[in-house]
Amino acid sequence: MASKNGVMVFIEQDGGKIADVSLELVCKGRELADRLSVHLEAALCGHGVGALAQTLIAHGCDVVHLADDARLNHYRTLPYSRVVAGMVTRAQPQIVLYGATVVGRDLAPRIASQLKAGLTADCTDLQIGEHTEPGSGKVYKDLLYQIRPAFGGNIIATIVCPETRPQMATVREGVMKLTPADPARKGRVVPAECVLGDEDLVLDILKREKKEKSVNLKAANIIVSGGAGVGGKDNFRLIFDLAHTLGGAVGASRSAVDSGFIGKDHQVGQTGTTVRPKLYIACGISGAVQHRAGMQESAKIIAINSDPEAPIFNIAHYGIVGDLNRVIPMLIKAYKSK
Amino acid sequence: MPYDCIVIAKQVPDTKNVTGKAMKDDGTVNRAALPAIFNPEDLNALEMALDIRDRFGGSVTVVTMGPPAACELLRDALYRGADRVILLTDRRFAAADTLATSYALSCAIRKIGKFDLIIGGRQAIDGDTAQVGPQTAEKLHLNQVTYVEKVQDIRDGRIEILRSIDGGYEVVRGRLPILLTVTGTANEPRPPRAKRLLQFRHHTCPAEITNRIRKQLEARGREPSEAEMAEAVNPVLTEAVKQDRMLTVWDADAVGADHDKIGGRGSPTKVKKIESVVFKGRDLKWIEANDEGAKGLVRELVTEHILG
Repeated sequence: MASKNGVMVFIEQDGGKIADVSLELVCKGRELADRLSVHLEAALCGHGVGALAQTLIAHGCDVVHLADDARLNHYRTLPYSRVVAGMVTRAQPQIVLYGATVVGRDLAPRIASQLKAGLTADCTDLQIGEHTEPGSGKVYKDLLYQIRPAFGGNIIATIVCPETRPQMATVREGVMKLTPADPARKGRVVPAECVLGDEDLVLDILKREKKEKSVNLKAANIIVSGGAGVGGKDNFRLIFDLAHTLGGAVGASRSAVDSGFIGKDHQVGQTGTTVRPKLYIACGISGAVQHRAGMQESAKIIAINSDPEAPIFNIAHYGIVGDLNRVIPMLIKAYKSK
Repeated sequence: MPYDCIVIAKQVPDTKNVTGKAMKDDGTVNRAALPAIFNPEDLNALEMALDIRDRFGGSVTVVTMGPPAACELLRDALYRGADRVILLTDRRFAAADTLATSYALSCAIRKIGKFDLIIGGRQAIDGDTAQVGPQTAEKLHLNQVTYVEKVQDIRDGRIEILRSIDGGYEVVRGRLPILLTVTGTANEPRPPRAKRLLQFRHHTCPAEITNRIRKQLEARGREPSEAEMAEAVNPVLTEAVKQDRMLTVWDADAVGADHDKIGGRGSPTKVKKIESVVFKGRDLKWIEANDEGAKGLVRELVTEHILG
């Protein structure tokens, strides 16, 4: 196994907890590294975070580059980009992946600009494949296909970086699958340099407030979602009732959130959470591309809508045309009497 | 103390309002048919800059990179209160990815020279990448704050900012000069003012005049000759110059851009393939909206171990 030109994943952590998307990317990165027969490396920054290295190794990393420094306690653009760019420059990975979080989307373009590397935002799929340059006919082997929706979700583009390295991408949370960890896996921890100048430390964090999300949609096996068709905040009670009966979580479309029917934590879709539950029940959701992008991988989809032409029916397995105020109580009754 | 702000803005196709007219028969979107608009979060950036000028004094300069038609965005910026606008346009900028775009913008900003703040929208609705702001900041060796919700104060060369982070917010203090990217919830952009609309609605650039007149002549059913074009364009051009209605236009050479770093040549990313999203049909099973239908559905899902 070659130690050079591996696959690297930037690990986002806050208060010693690794972001879900980073672990998902380690799992995807392992798959890509195996396909390329190279090492999987992690770039881990923070303060007092050394113990996280074993978690990363258990999920598939061969090498963890660790920058442990008080000045890296909370994410700040300049110190993090200095340290991570240094790790990338030393390890020379062919691929670097970041979560498409606020942190990842602040850091990755900064590093891409410095290293003059290509970067594709918010990828929904990553593959390895060949590419023939249309003009020259030159063939490139083993490129990273960076696949993402664009144009408001109306097109899916496959992007490649034929000439420049590393090839970089950000990936949204919930898109890649988390595979089980192997606590017996072995790997190396490499301490990384953390040379920061005064010019890197020009931003002070005066205050910071973070709340855990009030709902964990990604972990739910069953999601009942409401859209604009629910009609109002009070009527969302119906969605909660069905979710409660089935033991599921409550989701929502963007228009339901924007209309103030329910909080943003519940939003499913391109700008919300990407979910793939066993059962997704879409109530009064027309099915805009942005919403479908966040739920179409669900194992079974039930759509309830009064408009038989609603696009949601095109991706549903079961369709019920009718008033959700009538249909939902029927479903609750049917489930309770099963 | 007054502050000079540069706003970086983009004209984008209105991807959020895809109407029937913009749909092709095969169910895909005809991108050329979408109206061009001021990228929504760039309007929030402009509002933030205008608000800083209202509070502290200073100036607001708007720069956009795009085709001559992007003059419309610059006029809109003038209607809303911008002091100065600049169009960065050149065929050699075409097919630029975010890296090549940020390089071109950084060249234009260097040419402008003096500034305290650069403000852009968090992201543009055509690509949703959020990359150009941070990439431009790096090219100019500037600090950056992304996802800005509010500028709380500026004093003694320091700026205090409220920004959103995943699951919460942060208050940070940085030093000027700095680059900010602004979210759509940061403010309510002020509308164009009627007086300024009257003042600036005929401001234009030579390429925009030429394109407009070419279209008018082509509407007569044939390609106009060069002589016909010159005859029609020249008086309009002369009049616009005389009345001081010309917008500032810079090309790649005007900003001293290295031709290897702009446009497609300066772009490390290449589009390999584009697939239009077409509604894919599934084996949809219709369920009657009655108690029998509901019971049957629940039974089927229980049998398949989807419901417990």
